[in-house]
Amino acid sequence: MTTLMGAHSITEELELMSTDVRDGATPATTLPIRPGPQTPPAQRRALKKFSRADALPMGGAFVSALATTLLIFGRLTPLAGRLGFVVVLFVIYLVTYSVLVSLTDDGPAVVDRMMAVLLTSSAVVALAALFSVVIFVLWRGRTALTNSNFFVEDLSVTGPLDPLSTGGISHAIVGTLIMTTIALVITVPLGVACSVYLTESNGRATNLVRTVVTAMTALPSILAGLFIFATWILVLGFERSGIAASIAMSIMMLPIIIRSADVVLRLVPGNLREAAAALGAPKWRTVWHVVLPTARSGLTTSVILGVARGVGETAPILLTAGFTSTMNLNPNEGPMVSLPLAAFELVRSPQPSQIARGFATAAVLMILVLVLFTVARIVGGRPAGQLSKRQQRRTVTTSAKDVERMSIKHVAPEQESLSV
Amino acid sequence: MDVLTPEALTTVPQVVPDAPGEVRPREINTRLGRGDRIFFRGASASGLLVLSVMVAVGVFLAIQASQALQSRGFAFLSTAEWQPDSGKFGIAAVMLGTVLIALVAGVVALPIALGTALFITEVAPTWLRASLVALVDLMAAVPSVVYGLWGLFLLQGEVIGLSRWINTWFGWVPFFDVARADPNSPLSSASVYTASTFIAGLVVAMMVMPISCVVMREVFSQVPVGEREGAFALGSTRWGMIRVVALPFGRGGIIGGTMLGLGRALGETIAVLLIISPRFDLNFHVLEAGSNSVSSLIALRTFESSGFGLSALMAAGLALFAVTLVVNFTASWFVARSRSGASSEA
Repeated sequence: MTTLMGAHSITEELELMSTDVRDGATPATTLPIRPGPQTPPAQRRALKKFSRADALPMGGAFVSALATTLLIFGRLTPLAGRLGFVVVLFVIYLVTYSVLVSLTDDGPAVVDRMMAVLLTSSAVVALAALFSVVIFVLWRGRTALTNSNFFVEDLSVTGPLDPLSTGGISHAIVGTLIMTTIALVITVPLGVACSVYLTESNGRATNLVRTVVTAMTALPSILAGLFIFATWILVLGFERSGIAASIAMSIMMLPIIIRSADVVLRLVPGNLREAAAALGAPKWRTVWHVVLPTARSGLTTSVILGVARGVGETAPILLTAGFTSTMNLNPNEGPMVSLPLAAFELVRSPQPSQIARGFATAAVLMILVLVLFTVARIVGGRPAGQLSKRQQRRTVTTSAKDVERMSIKHVAPEQESLSV
Repeated sequence: MDVLTPEALTTVPQVVPDAPGEVRPREINTRLGRGDRIFFRGASASGLLVLSVMVAVGVFLAIQASQALQSRGFAFLSTAEWQPDSGKFGIAAVMLGTVLIALVAGVVALPIALGTALFITEVAPTWLRASLVALVDLMAAVPSVVYGLWGLFLLQGEVIGLSRWINTWFGWVPFFDVARADPNSPLSSASVYTASTFIAGLVVAMMVMPISCVVMREVFSQVPVGEREGAFALGSTRWGMIRVVALPFGRGGIIGGTMLGLGRALGETIAVLLIISPRFDLNFHVLEAGSNSVSSLIALRTFESSGFGLSALMAAGLALFAVTLVVNFTASWFVARSRSGASSEA
């Protein structure tokens, strides 16, 4: 209010001044004529993406579509079925909503709203599928999962007709752990070394290796199993065992790990490498102390994703590991079973209790993969070189210690010389 | 005053050679130290080891398959039966089944993957994006046996009604014909619709969708902000922007992502094996009971085959590998060639 009054008084003064000038000689300046009373500021446009005016047609269209569909399905036509209900509901919703929107908006806006609904619903379909998979498997496996013996016993003395209170899949859990460990021992050093070769050296064969590795990601997993079955078991004469399955798993996991590790290592900033070289570090020290630590989180992610893929793979294990219902701790001899293979074999039985065990096995496998996946996201959620809070703190303390160490080392002789 | 020479303005330090001999530039030594030589040798050794293992898989499959391929010649591609012991076998039926399953999966997965990718990059509120990305990635990580169980015990029951509906109204389309089905009889058995290519394709679509979606999302997130905002500044709606900016920009990614998914769908074993009941004839009817695929053939027959039969399976596997290779390389070519693909990895 005060500012407005101030503004008014200034204009009045100016007008007085201009009249003074006009009385004298020719006017020097032309003053713009101000509008009399101040207009109220125009209403700000709402930048919020989703307002009440957007929500009301949506809600209204949904209620109307639901009512119409219920009417169609129950009263007017002999339609039935859950899937059909959802589809009809969706179509009627789309039509009603477009009519409602067209009452207030013009053509392009109506199309825009329709497409937004379609895009949203495709995402909803995808997520609904994911949740229905997770919930369905957990639900069907709940009867077996709630028995604690399921996790500690094997199926050696339990027949298909025995109740769920006996028997379990400890042999498959242990088998999966053993196979995965062996596969990790093979793939992690080999995979990381190969991706270091691809990124750090400019050897002649790098492009060839990269192309072949890319090609091998297309290898259907059953062929990895078939290869090991034909070589390791038929040609070399070993029996089907945990180690054969691990090798088949490694052949499948290696290209996945190498390809993602290759990408991660290439993301390490070049100036870090140059800085190390400028300090006189040989290449291997640069890789060991600069490149690999910088890319650590990304490398861990690529390994975990490879493991998550390998753990869930049934086809190569099917041909190489054999099937057993007893605990086998020795990967070198005798059949060994993994979680996906056990789930696959159990659900093929007609007995309800075996099927429940199969679902529970699949649920355990799924939870294992979920955990691996979550760990991978937590570890690898940030790009190369960006540190977490804890890592930052650790780096700060380390460099503080370094400063102390260096100052002692460099200052000490000077002081000695001074004292002498 | 004379022209200013640089010497007049700057003080040039007088270099006094401390040795009477001429000054020679420092020798630059590019020879690697011992540690580096060992390091590079180790790295190349591991690279070559990986290379040789991977090549060995292909070469071994080819050598083993040659016996069966030589005995059949081109009949291997055109025969539908699979009886290696009597010398009559070919991949016509299994390859057709594999391709049909992959096509159904692709047709179902493409719109969902595209819609989800666009929803994540364009429509979803910012706070939702990260968790949506994580969920889609998670979908790709769910083991195939889990999808197989879901398809066999839950989806099949729900989809039979849909199959019947498609057959009733679109039975005149050759693909949707079902030989033994009678749409007019309310008591007709549902079993003519079970274990079909369509159901297997739907389950595989669930596995393929996230793979395609990841590539498409990656591409859409690289749409240049300038073009995006230019479209908005010209008064475009959000869908208008997507249609004229995002979709043309990401075309290579859409095609590449879909083909990458197809490559995965071709090799899928366990989920398909759980759902289909194998049959060995040229069956184009996707809704009809019974189907087949190369990988499920290998999974079923490996143990009961010996010698020549195994060689025949290797030949089928080799053919499958060749198809997946072609599909995957075409996919990465599309992604790399597109405007958006220069920096993306796929």
